[in-house]
Formats: sequence, C-alpha cells, structure tokens
Amino acid sequence: MPSAETMEENWVGHIRRIHHDKDEAAFAELFRHFAPRVKAFLIRSGADAALAEECTQDVMATLWRKAHMFDPSRASVATWIYTIARNRRIDVLRRQRRPEPEDLPWGPEHEPDQADVIAMQQEAERLGQAIAELPQKQRDLLARAFYGELSHSEIAAETGLPLGTIKSRIRLALDRLRHAMG
Amino acid sequence: MTATMGTIRHHLTDETLLAYSAGTLPEAFALVAASHLSLCDECRARLGAFEAVGGATLTSVGTAEMGDASLERTLAMIRGTPGDPDPAPRRSAGTLPIPLSDYVGGDVDAIRWRPVGGGVRQMVLKTGDEATARLLYIPAGEAVPEHTHGGMELTMVLSGAFSDEVDRFGPGDVETADPTIQHQPIAEPGAPCICLAATDSRLRFRSWIPRLLGPIIGI
Repeated sequence: MPSAETMEENWVGHIRRIHHDKDEAAFAELFRHFAPRVKAFLIRSGADAALAEECTQDVMATLWRKAHMFDPSRASVATWIYTIARNRRIDVLRRQRRPEPEDLPWGPEHEPDQADVIAMQQEAERLGQAIAELPQKQRDLLARAFYGELSHSEIAAETGLPLGTIKSRIRLALDRLRHAMG
Repeated sequence: MTATMGTIRHHLTDETLLAYSAGTLPEAFALVAASHLSLCDECRARLGAFEAVGGATLTSVGTAEMGDASLERTLAMIRGTPGDPDPAPRRSAGTLPIPLSDYVGGDVDAIRWRPVGGGVRQMVLKTGDEATARLLYIPAGEAVPEHTHGGMELTMVLSGAFSDEVDRFGPGDVETADPTIQHQPIAEPGAPCICLAATDSRLRFRSWIPRLLGPIIGI
C-alpha cells in the first residue's frame, strides 16, 4: 500500500497524463476516488442526490477540460478539485456569480520546478495529517465552514494548522511566475 | 496613481479570505476580495492556504456513492472534447482590476456616475441582494458623510487616497469596518478618490439630514 504522501504526488501524475495523453484510465481512477467525495460535499451543501450526481459529473468533466491549467506548485489535486466543486456550488446552489481575481497564466513554457511541486504536495499532505489529528469538535467546525454550513460572519480562522508554510510555498511559486512573465 | 505590488498596506482579513475560499461570501464582498486579490500576491497566497484546508477537508470527510453509469456518462461527455483553450491573460491595463471592470462594463471612463450630494458620486453595481457593492467618487478634500454600519463594510481604494479615524488608505488598500466602527472617510487633497465599497446592510448616517436622505439615495 503506497503511503498517502506518494498518493498525492501520484494524483499530480494522473492530471499530467490527462493533459498530455488524454488518458482515460487515469481519469477513471481519479473519478473513482474523488467523485464520491465531491458528491458528498455537494449533498452536505444542500443539493439533493440527483443534482449532486449531475454536478459532480460536471466537476469531473471540468477537470478533464482544464487539466492543462492545473499548477501543482500552487495546490494539491484535492485542493484544485475542491475549488472547482466550490465554484459549481456557488453557480448552482447559491445562484450567484463568483468574481474571480485576474489570472496568472502559466503554460508549458513555465513548467514548474519538480522540487517545488513535490514540496507543495508534501505540505498539503502534512496539512491533511494535521487536520486529521484535530479534536473532533474543531474538525467538525472546519468541515462546516468549507461545506457552506456557516455564514460568512460565523466563520473565524482556525489556528494551529501549518498554514504558514503552505502560504510561503505558494508565495514563492507566485514570485517565480511573476518573474517568468517579466 | 494605481496600486503596484508592494505598496499595499491594508489587506483582506483572515475572516474575509476564509469565507471567500469557502464560497460563502456574498457576491458584493467577493467582488472586493477578487479585486484586491488581483493586485496582491500576499493575499493570493493566504487564500491558497485556506483553499488547501478546503481540499484537505474534501479528502477527509465522507463519500456518497455515485450511480453505476456515472463514470461512463462522464466519459461520454468528455470523449473527443478538446481541452479548454488557454484563458486569455486576464490582466488589467486600466485603473480597475478585471473582476471589477467586468461588472462596470469597462474602465473608469465607463462608470455611470450619479450624484449623491456634496460632490460625491456613486454607481451601484448589480450583485446578489445579500449585500450591495457600489463605486464611490469623492472629490479631492471632500468627505463621505459620517456613518456607522448595521453590518460589515469593505472599502477598497482604486485611485487617490482617503483617511479616516482608523488610518490612511491608498490604492489597493482595503478597509474592513464592522458595526462598532464609526468613521468619516475624507479624500486626500490633490486628486479625487475612487473606491469600491460593499455593505451588507444599509449604512446609518449620524446626523439627521443624511439619515433622511439615506433611504432615498440608497447609500
């Protein structure tokens, strides 16, 4: 059984295979792992089972179409899928537009450094571990915040999670992108 | 003068970024957040950290079984479809960050200002009705009438600068005001101040004249 750490890095490989080879087997593996999680997320956010199933298929199809835009030096695959599912929830369940920041485009010419990618994926893994070790009550609160069960005024930042290092990692990746863009 | 990376001193709060990353921020506030994030890599990185928590939560909390044919159906959706084209770089050449110019329909010269008294002008932007977003034009040296808030107010400076009881706010800076803050922003002399303000309930003006006007001008 591969460690969870290797698993995160593998998912990056899956996205790459989808991007470069249109690899349906890689897509199927990602689907089997993530689709039931996305569906649970959408149900908990207020969708009925049929709507959640339909939206999940949309989310996974989006992942296929946007595979070339995933930047593994800035996010884990789980985080990227989370943001796609969250945006879909805002569209469909909250019926609002989501204003998005200006893009920092990156393409093959800015292929991120492999060491940065591995470091980012390991950070994400560490964060997952830290969350798993939180007391049940705090973990529930976090889940409720991200599953859209708390209003924006009820949400307060959690402490004690290793977010500083992730922030610094992303900051570094952004600096490199800005530099590459001249 | 427009904001440049590194000159921003007042950032989005953790609470705002967390709510934006969770997708629970009303659209008007999300517009301020996206506008600031367009100019501020520091907040962009902090947002990325909060989103990482969202991603980790997705992997650790529960699953719901997908229908038998769901994978086949999704494969049918994607088979033969090309990837989305690379998005055109969305980087503003004007004064307004792109998420904001999307709502205005252009840059500063496309803003349809309406007078609200005292030389102050506004344009209310169309967003979901949980909160209201408006652009404000404050002539150099002039003040926005003193007010308190029933709820939260986020104000981002787009050009010029204002000062209030809290501090000075320049291009790109965001002031986060809660119901306890009573303030009177005054535009700096020399240039008008243009800002984007989002509120989640009607502002309450302190003196009686603007209070009567409040419901009419919608500020």
